[in-house]
Amino acid sequence: MSGTKETVTRRDFLRIILTGVGACYAAAIGYPLWRYLISPAEQAKSLAAVKEVTLKDAHTLAAGSVLMFKFGSHPAMLIHHKDGSWVALDAVCTHLGCTVQYQPDRNVIHCNCHGGEYDAQTGKNISGPPPRPLRPYVVKVIEGGVLVSRV
Amino acid sequence: MKSKIDALWKWLDERLDLSQIIAFAQHKTVPQHKYSFWYYWGGISLFLFLVQALTGVLLLIYYRPGPEAFDSVRQITYEINFGWLIRSLHAWAANLMVASIFVHMFSVYFMKAYRAPREFGWWSGMLLLMISTVFGFSGYLLPMNELSYFATKVGLEIPTSMPIIGPLIGDIVRAGPEVSEYTLQRFFALHVVVLPALFVPILVFHLWLVQRNGMALPPSEEARPVQERKTIPFFPNFFMKDLAVWLITLNVLALLAVCFPWDLGVQADALKPAPLGIHPEWYFMSAFQILKVFGNLLPGDLGEAMGVGIFTLGIILWMLIPLYDPDSRSGERARHATYFGLLVLAGVIVLTIWGYAAL
Repeated sequence: MSGTKETVTRRDFLRIILTGVGACYAAAIGYPLWRYLISPAEQAKSLAAVKEVTLKDAHTLAAGSVLMFKFGSHPAMLIHHKDGSWVALDAVCTHLGCTVQYQPDRNVIHCNCHGGEYDAQTGKNISGPPPRPLRPYVVKVIEGGVLVSRV
Repeated sequence: MKSKIDALWKWLDERLDLSQIIAFAQHKTVPQHKYSFWYYWGGISLFLFLVQALTGVLLLIYYRPGPEAFDSVRQITYEINFGWLIRSLHAWAANLMVASIFVHMFSVYFMKAYRAPREFGWWSGMLLLMISTVFGFSGYLLPMNELSYFATKVGLEIPTSMPIIGPLIGDIVRAGPEVSEYTLQRFFALHVVVLPALFVPILVFHLWLVQRNGMALPPSEEARPVQERKTIPFFPNFFMKDLAVWLITLNVLALLAVCFPWDLGVQADALKPAPLGIHPEWYFMSAFQILKVFGNLLPGDLGEAMGVGIFTLGIILWMLIPLYDPDSRSGERARHATYFGLLVLAGVIVLTIWGYAAL
């Protein structure tokens, strides 16, 4: 029992055990807490994983008008152009995330937040601050509605 | 590196007097004797309150009062990750907190720790207990399930049937003749804003008094000569023991919450007949039983008024004990106060058991 070596070893041993037990408690409290807090984010991610959305009765949408819808949890827009073509685009401005709007009289997509504008046929950013075009979707008019799917 | 830490310490110390606090903690001692076990119950109550504050805020981020109340509690219980655990912890810790405050109160009573100069500790503690029971009553309604709806309905019948102030309580507390969404919304405001705003300052006052006056000695210890009394330093010795007790409390709480998760129940519906066995929470049972007994003994409003009167008188006597227990000031056992305490304790236990048996 003499000598300081053994005392130090025991102290080290206790310190390691206590640190380990402390880490277990921190994990046992921290993990459920973290999962609890990210629950809505997880749900949104599983919603965002959808591949396609069927918009019931959307085929009756008048030419020259727009239908706002959610692709998963993400705002999107379906435009029925006057020439009869169909276009579906993300409705979230690539600049700072505001929801954009289709202006049928000018035939552009406009963002009220900072005046960004996009081409209503392709989604290409044509003026203002947006750095990227709006992401397009594949549109298929089917019986009883419109099928919108990822590219 | 070390010199930088020293410099930072010096900078903080000059502005915040940190070394004074450390010196205070180092010199503070806690008496050590055969009743020391009871010193931990205030700390256990405090720990459970902290659990309530944390889990309460967590529930608040998903709970929605109003017409969706039950549905939001259903989502917390079944859809949100670990939501059942947070809710179960909150419900269990609420009951354990009231229980440990009761243990704390009776131990303070029988150790005669309410004597001068600790009267305000007794009074502030009683206030904290009363607010805790209102916390319990208001929180019980929030899930808006059958049990909570009818228990609140029954619970509010008692004060609202009192003469004169009864209708006023009905209008203000219940917000009308029926427990409704308005009742729920104001119980919610009470539970998450008003009660914490009242509770926390009184708690700080209560804890400050413990620092100012130190731990009370029971009369049997006071009778010993000073040199025979034992103490341990508050820091680190008592502090470490306190932490160990908190850890035990956490483990007990976690086991209860996991093994006996709190039931969601069935959504409240005023048109459905009340389910069997509607009764108040256990900490209201003795008061409820007194009212029932007097209601049966004396006819009509008179019985109820007597019950409320006797119960209120009992609480007032209980609160004023530091003022009419002068015998113990000399350090002797004040037998009358002890007998009164035993009578109250026995009364509470008997009435509670009687109440459950009579359901």
